[in-house]
Formats: sequence, C-alpha cells, structure tokens
Amino acid sequence: MEKSEKMDEYRGNPLMQLLQTKREKLISVFFTAGFPELESTGEVLSLLEKYGADFVEIGIPYSDPLADGPVIQQTSQTALANGMSIDTLFNQLDSLHGKVNIPMILMGYLNPVLQYGVEKFCARAASAGVSGVILPDLPPDEYKETYGEIFRKHGLHFIFLVTPTTPPERIYLADSLSTAFIYAVGSSSITGGGKSGIYSTDFLQRLKEMKLSNMHIAGFGIKDRESVRLAWEYSSGAIIGTAFMKKLIESGDPQKATGQLMNDLFG
Amino acid sequence: MTKKEKTEINPDNRGFYGQYGGSYIPELLWANVEELRTRYSPIMSEKSYTDELDRLLRDYAGRPTPLYHAANLSRKTGAKIYLKREDLCHTGSHKLNNVLGQALLAVKMGKKQIIAETGAGQHGVATATVCALMNLPCTIFMGEKDTLRQKLNVTRMEMLGATVVPVSSGSKTLKDATNEAIRHWINNPDDTYYLIGSTIGPHPYPDIVTKLQSVISRETITQLREKEGRDEPDHVLACVGGGSNAAGAFFGFIGNGITRLTGAEAAGEGADSKKTAASINKGSMGIIHGSKTMLLQNKDGQVTETHSISAGLDYPGIGPLHAWLSKEGLAQYLPVSDEEAIEAAFDLTETEGIIPALESAHAVALLDKIDFKPGAVIVICLSGRGDKDMETYSNYFEGRSRGILPADNHQAT
Repeated sequence: MEKSEKMDEYRGNPLMQLLQTKREKLISVFFTAGFPELESTGEVLSLLEKYGADFVEIGIPYSDPLADGPVIQQTSQTALANGMSIDTLFNQLDSLHGKVNIPMILMGYLNPVLQYGVEKFCARAASAGVSGVILPDLPPDEYKETYGEIFRKHGLHFIFLVTPTTPPERIYLADSLSTAFIYAVGSSSITGGGKSGIYSTDFLQRLKEMKLSNMHIAGFGIKDRESVRLAWEYSSGAIIGTAFMKKLIESGDPQKATGQLMNDLFG
Repeated sequence: MTKKEKTEINPDNRGFYGQYGGSYIPELLWANVEELRTRYSPIMSEKSYTDELDRLLRDYAGRPTPLYHAANLSRKTGAKIYLKREDLCHTGSHKLNNVLGQALLAVKMGKKQIIAETGAGQHGVATATVCALMNLPCTIFMGEKDTLRQKLNVTRMEMLGATVVPVSSGSKTLKDATNEAIRHWINNPDDTYYLIGSTIGPHPYPDIVTKLQSVISRETITQLREKEGRDEPDHVLACVGGGSNAAGAFFGFIGNGITRLTGAEAAGEGADSKKTAASINKGSMGIIHGSKTMLLQNKDGQVTETHSISAGLDYPGIGPLHAWLSKEGLAQYLPVSDEEAIEAAFDLTETEGIIPALESAHAVALLDKIDFKPGAVIVICLSGRGDKDMETYSNYFEGRSRGILPADNHQAT
C-alpha cells in the first residue's frame, strides 16, 4: 500500500497526527485496564498525559496472557476480578471523550476480541477515540486475509511485533502490514525482561538498516534511564509496561506510581 | 456416520483441521514453532528415526500392548469388549508413546533440554523417564493443585531426576502449567525443546502427537484381525482431555464407515453444572494455547476454570482434531460425570481385576451411554492404570463400604 493512501485512511487519527510531527524520542506507557481499581482507567490516562507520555497502550486483561511475565499476569488477574471487560473499557473511554487527549492503542489477546466480534470491536474502538490495536497472537497471514480490511475501514492502526528471532522476510511482512509503527521486542523474553535484562541494540540497529516503511519503537524490558536512552538511540521510542505496573502494584496509587516512573526514567 | 475416503487425516499446511487448529502464538514464540514445523516431518520419516522409535516402543515401552478380551465385562453388558491395555505401557499410560517420539525428535533437532507440562502427572512421569534414559535435563511444569492431588507422580518425577515446578498462577491446574511451560520456552528459545503431552497447542503439535499416538489404533487393527478376523470394531471408546489417547485410538478408524468413535469428556459434577470440563458439549469456539478449538470460556472470552475429579481431564480446551471430528460427525463426544467414572472404575476392578486410571474410567463409563447391538465389538482404550488415583479411590471406597457415596470427596483429593 502506498503511503499516501495510508494517510487518507488515518486522517484525524490522533496517533497518526503525533507520529507525523514527532519521529524520535517517543515515550509510550502500557497499563492494564481496570487496575488497581475498575475505575482507574481515566485517572491513569490523565496522569500519563500530564507527566508527558506521548501515547499509551491500554492492556485488555486476559485470563491466559501467554506472552506476559508475573507482573502483568497479576495486574490482569486483579483487573478481571475487578470486573473489567471490553465493554466496560469502551464505556469508560466513551465517558472520557474530550477530557483525555493522549493517543491510545489497545493491546490484548485475540480470543476476547474474537468473542466480542472483530467488526463490533473496531467500530466501538474507533468511536471511543482509540488510534490503534496490537494483538500479539493474531498471525500476519490471517490479519491480511480476514481482518486487515476491518481495521482499516475503521481508521484503526494495526501494529505487529518483531523480535530478534524474526527472520528478515517476516520483518518485511510485518512492516508491510503494520501502519503507524512496528513494535520491536528487544529481547527474546516475556514481558518484564529476560534473564540478562540487557537490550539487544544489535537487533534495533539491524531494523534501522532495513529501511522499513514504518518507524520501529522498542519495548519489553525497558525500565530505567539507561534502557530508555538505548531505545531512543536505536529506535524512534521506548515502550514501558512492566516497570510501571510494578510500581502501581507496590503503591496502589496511580499518582505516586506515575511520578516515581517518570522520576526513574527522566528525573 | 459420514463415509469419508479412507485417507490419512492430516491438517492443512497451516495446521487446520477444517476451521480448527492453526497457530495463534505471540511473535516471541514464532521462531521456535517454525523450526519445529519445518523439521518434524522430514525427521520423523527418516529411517534412522523410525527404526530407533520402533525399537524403543518394543523393547522399552513394552509394545505392542495387549488387546485383551474382557470376557466378564462382555457377559455383563452383552457386547464383545476388548480393552486396549495402554495401562500396561512402561510408566503406566499411553503417554510414553508420544514422549519417546518427541524426545527422539528433540535430539535429532540438536536440542539440549526438555520442558513439559503435566496435569495428572502421567505425561510428566513419561517425560522424566525418557529424559533419564536419554540423559537430557528435564523441567516439568505442574499446577500447584495437581501437585497436591497427584503427589505420588511428583515423587516419581523427582526420583527420575526431573525438576518439578509447581505453578501457582490462574487456576493452578493443567492450563496454567501449559502457560508457564510456553513462557519458559519463550525465555529459553535456543536449546530447549517443549514436549507437549497432548494433541493441543499450536501447529504442528496436534499433528505430531496424533501421529505418535496412532500406534494405538495401528496395533488394534492387527490384533483385531487376529482375534476377530476383521479390521474394524463396531465401536471405539476413549476418554478425552486434550485428546491424545483418543486421537491415537481413533486415528486408524476415522471415516471408515463402520466404526463408531465415541469420546468421553469429563463432565465433573455434571455437564450442566459450573464444575465441568466438557469442552465440546459445553464450550464454544475460541483460542487456547495457540489453537482454535472448542473451549470453556465466559462471554468475554476469558478461559473459565474447569473441574474434573481426574486431573488429566481437567482442561478447558480440547485438541483441534476432536473439535473437527465432532463438527463433521465423524466422532461423538459424551459427558461423563465424576460419579459415573468412579462407579465404572469400581465395576471394572470388580469384574476384570483391573484398576483403571480415573481418566480411563471415563471411557469405561461410556458403556452405559452408547447404543450398541448385542455382540457388538467394542474397543475401549484403557489409557492408564489407577495407582496414582488410589487416594481418591480409597476415599470413595470407604464411603462405598459404608453404603454411601461421599458427594464432596474430590475436594479432599
């Protein structure tokens, strides 16, 4: 697909507007919807906006989060026990319209979205002001053949993950199907970091050299000033998830957790 | 029953049986699974592989397992009942068939260590056994709840040199052990082989496990020809959790137009109760452990907690092959409750002197649920032996001898 076509479909998409003006040193923060309280979503969004995150990823909690470490497993389980669901999340986002302006991406597992209905999911996401979606267990082939058209029709970006073990031809496939950016998983590990905790800058450098049509933004294992610096040096931005959720588990207070996170990253 | 052309059942090149199966995995797992997908078929058709597997199945596992004519049970029911004695396999269940095959595959792929999930502990024991044999480091993930109700198997695995990791996430059973094994695999991609124990998971696992377990029906055909002068029984009965023994027991008979295939799903306290594990009868289509299949989930697509007295059947999904066989009418799946399974276990013990595993007892209980003509030839896959379940049985046994069936006994197991 030509770049100009992409622009048309995503006109007015807040993430697109952001990425057109800012192409480096981006900061995105992930949080689990419905944690620590069911009604925390609005507060967390406002705080992240206020503290200077460029965009957010809102995690849709799932009972069996295969790619997540113990921290996000725990926040997901609590969020589900709090009663979070896709419908509840959309209702919350509807009520925040106009109050929160930070671009939002939804990140979740495929099964809850399938059960909700992909068409209905996209329609409601778009009307709730969501910019894009990440579903790490939706295979690229199936996205292309079955679902891509639905996401595009609703002006929703779709973002694929690539890892240091993804071969080049598959990276190009992910690039051709992703809009907005590619999510570069810097280490072969579940969320919350692998054994070493060291980020694969080689991999990020390799992505840079591949001259992809999308920018790549690094995530998984980013937790402090040094890892943000590396992510910024070798990619267009840094995505922080587990480090934030850890603070939120410890303090139970979104204000405190957000302040501490930003202090760790930039203080 | 639909008559299908008698060809071998294979998933399509993306791992689908009809609309079921596939590979719904995070990108982090893709390279691992892709390596397996591209290598399993060529390796498993090499002569050096099949020769070695045949030797191990014969000399180490003790195959072929007998096809035993259960005369007492036959008299009692009016059918001609054969038990395919997988319980006589080394380690006490059919699980070894699959483990031997996959461990050989792992070695051929150059993998240095093995991880596995286990429910009742049968697959864990089989894996620990083969790892001891082949001198491979072995880590078994097991739900914390299952480590308590199958303590004997934990001890066996540890004695065999395996590390048993109790899993305390989620419902603390097989589903969570599987999640944890997959996460470990993501974190240790290079030298680790994930040895799945059932016909579940992303493609190519359901196909690998089905093919390795198909030795059950292959032997049944030869043995039945000898004993009955025919290749096709009228019925084959097997229990289904993830579905590996059933896949193996059914495989050679699928769509032959004669044999009626019936799987027993664990209904727990009843298929209509909330405490059930009957995925086909009470579930809906969705994705679990990388496979599109029938599973127990709530309206939001969250996987629900299941219940069965048998840890090996306490699983919210089912192998995609079975979801497809059910949809196509090539096999039927009937719910069997905890209590029916227990009763069947005592019946079999009293009539034939065989104490079955609780899982296999579900298959025996199908005799009261299916329609068959007098004299019909029925093969029951007796997938495992009951030693591991003695604590559960003894609780019921005490109740029986007092003339009562304690309703809450499973909580103590």
